[in-house]
Amino acid sequence: MKATRRDVLLAMGAGVGALALPRVGRAQGAAHVVVIGGGFGGATAARYLRRLNPDLRITLVEPNERFATCPFSNLYLGGLREWDSITHGYDDLRAAGVDVIHARAEDVDTTARTVTLSGGSRLDWDRLVLSPGIDFRWGELAGYDEAAVELAPHAWKAGPQTQLLRSQLEAMEDGGSFVMVVPQGAFRCPPGPYERASMVAHYFRTHKPRSKVIILDSQDRFSKQPLFQQGWQALYGDMIEWVSQTDDGLVVEVDAAAREAVTAFGTRHKADVLNVIPPQKAGLIAERAGVTDDTGWVPVVADSFESARVPGVYVLGDATIAAPMPKSGFCANAQGKVAAAAITADLAGREPPPASFANTCYSLIGPGYGISVAGVYRAEDGKVVEVPDSGGVSPLEAGPEFRRAEAEYGAGWYAAICADIWGTA
Amino acid sequence: MIRLLPILALSAGLSAAHAQELDPAAVQVLAGPCASCHGPDGRSPGAIPSIAGLPEADAVARMLAFRDGTDPAATIMSRLMKGYDEAEIRALARWFAEIAQ
Repeated sequence: MKATRRDVLLAMGAGVGALALPRVGRAQGAAHVVVIGGGFGGATAARYLRRLNPDLRITLVEPNERFATCPFSNLYLGGLREWDSITHGYDDLRAAGVDVIHARAEDVDTTARTVTLSGGSRLDWDRLVLSPGIDFRWGELAGYDEAAVELAPHAWKAGPQTQLLRSQLEAMEDGGSFVMVVPQGAFRCPPGPYERASMVAHYFRTHKPRSKVIILDSQDRFSKQPLFQQGWQALYGDMIEWVSQTDDGLVVEVDAAAREAVTAFGTRHKADVLNVIPPQKAGLIAERAGVTDDTGWVPVVADSFESARVPGVYVLGDATIAAPMPKSGFCANAQGKVAAAAITADLAGREPPPASFANTCYSLIGPGYGISVAGVYRAEDGKVVEVPDSGGVSPLEAGPEFRRAEAEYGAGWYAAICADIWGTA
Repeated sequence: MIRLLPILALSAGLSAAHAQELDPAAVQVLAGPCASCHGPDGRSPGAIPSIAGLPEADAVARMLAFRDGTDPAATIMSRLMKGYDEAEIRALARWFAEIAQ
């Protein structure tokens, strides 16, 4: 979405005013923190910076006027959520005193400490927060390019792609097959593909019961695997077929026009709806800022989530190398709070408080059937470490009451974290 | 003063040195992830219970029971609380007890 004229004028006004002052002068006045990306990491950082620093100038740069969340987008695909219920605006952050500019950050100069926005305007910053999410490694999966996504949607960035996939599922005849391709390498939301398979199976069972779900996987194991497989068996019988890497699940080529996925051993899977989740890397602006390494992801200092390569630049969420923390919205939210505290301390000339993080990922296998994984993390020697003996997955032997409670708590989590970030339940 | 009594009683078994390590900025960071499920400042908008304004002693007892696996209603909290030591649990209980419901 393009920036409005008002946004650009505001951005230019801020940029010119700050540029007129020398660096020292800038730092002595109210410092300016620019946050790029209004998702789980960035919007959290903006809100918590505001709470911790009433005098700080905070500008959030986000292209979309409403942010569609990847969490719960699978429930939309399954017909359990309306689209509007998974999108969130920025009125509450504005009311809290965050300047929100709807533009795309095109470039970052970490020497001059500027950000160039779509439309050419420029912002100066004293500290920069990047929460750019993911981008795709185009060219790594043969046949899957930016044109192919209109035929075989990825739906791995929530938005029009998610709505396209939903409309393809709705248009599919009963008895058809939904084929999902799970990528190689680190990807956003490790349990996401398997929750999506569950939600598509729920939709099929209720509307197109002769249809099939086939997961072609680059992995031999996956997140919460025994729990998912137990739930699939209980709710969907043999509707969902998971093909591991070893069983020829690795897809090496896609023919989007024919809706075919070709495996390493040459098996051609013909789909009625083909969902290709492509190989991933940090969002492009992270590369422009020079904070990525040769993996395509961003190394950070775990105590603050400051870039390990560029001082003064903090990076959050899926873009970062934060294992054992997964690439989840919950983790991005937790990292945003730690970074906000670290930036606050840094600007005041204090040591940052000790970092502490947690994660909880709920997945919904069917209505009233939820599972979870949790973890607690600290920083040690600049790395994220999991607290020994903490965390773990839902018990495999738990009964239906437990699964029902975790389905309800999953919805409760979504309401709470959206209130925490966007001020919307 | 009445409100302080349970805090003093519960803190008796705690090493004073460790208690002093937890300054407010550190407790605020420890409390950060709580809001992600229990809502901003522990005020939940949904199905997960609010924790703002919970009596401190009750919150300590519940969190310790979660951690020790003795709360029969626990789902995820037993896994999460294993990541926090007793001093941290007490600090978190105090933090949320001081927030109005």
